[in-house]
Amino acid sequence: MSDLPVISVENLSKRYVIGHETRHDTLRDRLSHGVGRLFRGRKSPGEEEEFWALRDVSFDIRQGEVVGVIGRNGAGKSTLLKILSRITEPTSGRVSLRGRVASLLEVGTGFHPELTGRENIFLNGAILGMSRVEIRKKFDEIVAFAEVERFLDTPVKRYSSGMYVRLAFAVAAHLEPEILIVDEVLAVGDAEKQKKCMGKMQDVARGEGRTVLFVSHQLGAIAKLCDRSLLLDKGRVVMFADSAAVIANYLDRDRTVAGGAVDPAAYRVPGFGTIARFTAAAAAGEGDFRVGDPVVFDFEVNATEAAGDLGIGGSIFQASGECVGTFFSRETFSLAAGETRRIRVRIATPRLVPGPYHGGFSVGRGDPREGRRDLDVIIGLPRFTIAPVSASGEAVTHWLPSWGAINFDGVTLESV
Amino acid sequence: MERAATAHAKNADADTSVFPALVLEPGRSDAHYWRDLWRFRELAGFLAWRDIKVRYKQASLGIAWAVIQPVIQTILLTFVFGKLAKMPDGGLPYFLIVLCGNLAWQLFTSAFNGAGNSLVGNSHLISKVYFPRLVVPISALAVALVDFGIMLSLTVPAIAFHGILPGWQILLLPLFVLLALVIALGSGLWIAALTVKYRDFRFITPFVLQIGVFVTPVGYRTDFLPNWRDLLALNPLSGVVDGMRWCLLAGRTELYLPGVAVSALIGGILLGTGLWYFRQTERRFADEI
Repeated sequence: MSDLPVISVENLSKRYVIGHETRHDTLRDRLSHGVGRLFRGRKSPGEEEEFWALRDVSFDIRQGEVVGVIGRNGAGKSTLLKILSRITEPTSGRVSLRGRVASLLEVGTGFHPELTGRENIFLNGAILGMSRVEIRKKFDEIVAFAEVERFLDTPVKRYSSGMYVRLAFAVAAHLEPEILIVDEVLAVGDAEKQKKCMGKMQDVARGEGRTVLFVSHQLGAIAKLCDRSLLLDKGRVVMFADSAAVIANYLDRDRTVAGGAVDPAAYRVPGFGTIARFTAAAAAGEGDFRVGDPVVFDFEVNATEAAGDLGIGGSIFQASGECVGTFFSRETFSLAAGETRRIRVRIATPRLVPGPYHGGFSVGRGDPREGRRDLDVIIGLPRFTIAPVSASGEAVTHWLPSWGAINFDGVTLESV
Repeated sequence: MERAATAHAKNADADTSVFPALVLEPGRSDAHYWRDLWRFRELAGFLAWRDIKVRYKQASLGIAWAVIQPVIQTILLTFVFGKLAKMPDGGLPYFLIVLCGNLAWQLFTSAFNGAGNSLVGNSHLISKVYFPRLVVPISALAVALVDFGIMLSLTVPAIAFHGILPGWQILLLPLFVLLALVIALGSGLWIAALTVKYRDFRFITPFVLQIGVFVTPVGYRTDFLPNWRDLLALNPLSGVVDGMRWCLLAGRTELYLPGVAVSALIGGILLGTGLWYFRQTERRFADEI
C-alpha cells in the first residue's frame, strides 16, 4: 500500500484575462488593435483585466477518500475541477494525479437528442473514456440501472427529463476510473434518483477504493458523502478538514462578514435560465427568531421576461446540511418583463428547535407532485437562528441534538 | 479509518502506486499526447458514426443527399465548361471529366469543411470533457470518407457504362485519397484552431471554396492547357484532382507528375504547420471556445 497522495496539488493558480469592450473575438478587432498597437508601441493599460480564479491552492488527497468541495459561486470550484479534469491548463503550479481520471461536469455530456437510448449509451460511454468492449460488457447493467429497457430504441429527445438524467447518470456511474470528479450533477432530478446516485457514489468510493472529488451546493449531500471537505473562497483554500467543521465554517462566514446582506448570486445553483431570479434574500430582522415565532423571509425576484403562475418553494436545513422540511407556496404571482417584486414568505408555525439554520429556495412553476419547473434555485441563504427564548421571555429547555430539529406541537395525552 | 482500510485491502490491485503520476503543469507539452490520441481512437469512430447517423436520421431522403448534391453540381459544371465554354475534352465524354474532378473536389471540401467546423461544432464537449482535441477533426475526415465511398460506388459503374473499364491505375486511387485528406486536414486544422478564437473564419471558408472550384481543374482537364498548367499546379488540389481523374479514367488523361509532387509537398507543409498550430493553441480551446 502506498501512502502517496492520489491527487496532489501544489500552489495551483489559474488566471483568466477578461477583455473589456475590446474582446478580440473578431478578426477586425484584432487587426485594428494590432495596427493601433504598432503606433502606440504597446498595449494600453486597462484594456484587459486579470482575474485569478484560483490562487496558490495546495492540498493532497489520499486513495479512497471522498472529498467535498464547497464555496460560493465564483470561489473557483469549477475551475479547480476543470484543471483536474485536464480540460484547461493551470497558469502556474502543479498537479499530479495517480490513476485514470473520469470527470462528470455535466449530466449527459455529448448526448444527442436524435439518437436512441442505446446509441447514446455507446456515444456517451466513449466520450467519458470507456472502450467499446467495456461498454458492451456493462450495457445490460447500465440499462437496468437507468430503468429504460422499454425505451432503448426511442430517440432520447422523446425521453422525459427524469429518464434522460437517469440514463446519463447510469452511464457515468459505470465508469471505472481510479479518480472520479463530480460537479453538481446531483442537483438535477428527483429525490429518489439522487438517493440512488448517492448510493452508487458511496459504493464507488467505499467499496472499490476509488477517490472521489465532489462539488455540490447541497451541504447535506456533502456531509453524508464526504469525509473531508475543501472550502474555497475567492480562489483560495480557506479550510481543508472534516466535512462537519468545514460546513460550519462556510455557513458562519457570510453571517459574520456581510451581516446578512449577501448577494444570492453566490449561492445560485448553476444550470437554470435567466427568466426569473432571486436578487435579494434575507431573513427578517437580524435573522434571529424566538422559538415558536413565525419565521419570515424577504425576497426580491426579478424577471427578464414576463412570467406568470410563479410560486416559491423552500427547504430549511440544519447546520449539518440535513434538510428539516420543505414547503411549496399555494399562492402564485406574476412578473412583467423587467419587473422586480418583493415577496415576503412567512412560515407561521415552523416548530423548529433552537439552533442555526439555512434555507434553500426556488422560484418555479407547477405542482411539485406532477413535476415542478424551477426557474432559479439558491441553497445556503438566508441564514437564521432560532434563539432558545420563547415569546413569553422564558428560556427553553436545552435541546439535545439527538432529539432532531422539530418540536411537535399540539400533542395531547388521553387515558383510554 | 477502518472503512478505508478494508477498502484498501479489498483493492490491493487498485494500488495507485502502480500508476505513474500524470503531472499537469502550465506550458508542459504533454508527453502522453500521441499515446492518448491512440487510446481515444474509438472516440473518433464514435463521433464520425454519430455525425453520419444523425445526418441521415434527420433527412427523409437519407443517403440520397450524399448523391444528389454532387450529381447536380456535376451536371452544372458540365454545362458551363463543356457546353458554354467549350473546353477541349480530348475525345472523352465531358460529363465523365467533370464527374471524376468533382468526386475529388467533394472529398476535399467535405473533409476540409468538416475538420474546420469540428471544434466549434463540438464546443459543448470541449468545455466539459478531456480528450486529445485532434480526435474531433480526425473524426470529420471519417465522415467525408464515407460520403466519398458512396459517390465512388456510383462513379465507377457510370464510367464503365461509357465503355471505360478500370485499369491498373485505379490501384493508385488510395494514394490520391490520402493526399486529399492530408491537404484537407492540414488546412482544416488551421481553420478549426483559428475559428475557436476568430469566428470570422466561418465566413471566410465558404468564400474560398467558391473560388476554389474554378481555380482547381474540377471542370476541365489541365493537359490541354499547357500555358496554365504550371500556374494551376501551385494549387495543391490540382495534383489531387488530376491524379484521381487519371486513376478513374484508366489513364486516358495525362498524369502531370510535377503537379503531384507540388501537391504532396504543400500538403505535407500544411499538415505539419497545421498540427503545430493546433497543438500550440489546443490548451486554450476550453477557455476561449
